Amino acid sequence: MSTIAIIDSGGANIASLLFAFERLGRNADLTTDAAVIKAADRVLLPGVGAAKDAMDRLADAKLIDVIRELSQPVLGICLGMQLLLEGSEEENVECLGIVPGIAARLASTSDCPVPNMGWCATRKTSDHSLLQDIPDDSHFYYLHSYALPVCDFTLATAEHAEPFSAVIGRNNFVAAQFHPERSSTAGAQLLRNFLDESL
Amino acid sequence: MQFRNHRVVGDILELAERYCAEGADELVFYDITASPDDRSVDRSWVTRVARVLDIPFCVAGGIRSVADAEDVLNKGADKISINSPALADPALITELARRFGSQCVVIGIDSHEENDDYFVYQFTGDPDKTTAAQRTTLDWVMEVQQRGAGEIVLNCMNQDGVRKGYDIRQLAAVRETCNVPLIASGGAGAMQHFLDVFEQANVDGALAASVFHSAEIPIPALKEYLANNRVDIRPQD
Repeated sequence: MSTIAIIDSGGANIASLLFAFERLGRNADLTTDAAVIKAADRVLLPGVGAAKDAMDRLADAKLIDVIRELSQPVLGICLGMQLLLEGSEEENVECLGIVPGIAARLASTSDCPVPNMGWCATRKTSDHSLLQDIPDDSHFYYLHSYALPVCDFTLATAEHAEPFSAVIGRNNFVAAQFHPERSSTAGAQLLRNFLDESL
Repeated sequence: MQFRNHRVVGDILELAERYCAEGADELVFYDITASPDDRSVDRSWVTRVARVLDIPFCVAGGIRSVADAEDVLNKGADKISINSPALADPALITELARRFGSQCVVIGIDSHEENDDYFVYQFTGDPDKTTAAQRTTLDWVMEVQQRGAGEIVLNCMNQDGVRKGYDIRQLAAVRETCNVPLIASGGAGAMQHFLDVFEQANVDGALAASVFHSAEIPIPALKEYLANNRVDIRPQD
């Protein structure tokens, strides 16, 4: 059976991602060990908190180049998605530069407070296999203040005050702004798809 | 959902799974006796809950420090909610937001209307220890946002337990100064109350306990009712 490595980016509540794989009957390693990460069949980059803290932790663990050079499927989640970008407006931090684009602060309006915390309908804009068997406009759970505007690498969109990239993909790197591990059956399906051999 | 410590974990898990299956969008676990008794929650249950739930959940009660918060989040909670400890030490909000991000930090506010103004109360888990916090609700709502709170749960004490509807007037007043997600709490007794609070106070969420515990309002029926009335809500699977 294929192996799953979850990069321990140091933020809290990574446990919920481990538990999500448990519910799928799969074990995952939570690790900062470059050898384990490189050897895994699937790699996840989760993250909560500030982008700069997370980048500092990846640098301290000497994982920046390790992640950039991964060739197996990699899934970034929430802040982990933003870490794959060139940078974030949050403290103007430089990120991994794997997917072009900059995470921008969400616009706050009276109907759309920031952070965006809640379930948002998510529209597929591609037929990427990461999204297979997930009905269009399924709701996923979001918890974020920054997001990537819609771009060439967008696979699905959601809307707060404005549309943003909900799912992106470039080569072997895919990422979701929402938390699949907390997004009920739709989220579980996305994780299942990520583990599928066809990805 | 509210519970006291004497309830065994099996009950909590069973209830959590039931609500999750019925389509609840988020669960809040309150240990409402934690602060007045000057002790913390027994946290082993957080991990057990995190294992079975595939929706977000928040833990409230007994979180007084960054270390407490880290423990709860590491055990698998998505958010922490603090109330009395934030009033005792408002800098705690700033520290928590900096360390974990605003999206993890929920501030619970117990608010009481007196003479046309709203005032914050603390230690509301124990009627003998409940005291006025010497702050107006609107001032406190502004301060917690400045300090990095990512969400506010406003429990309107005049309505709590009465089941005559949420305190629309108060929630709408707080909404005016609240630029982070605002969750209504206290007063739900009928499906119409949920619709009213979404339509008239423009809140981001509505919290209820007793009407769900008693199954008086089944969650699937409530969600269908709200969707039929054009409230943007996640449909049940």
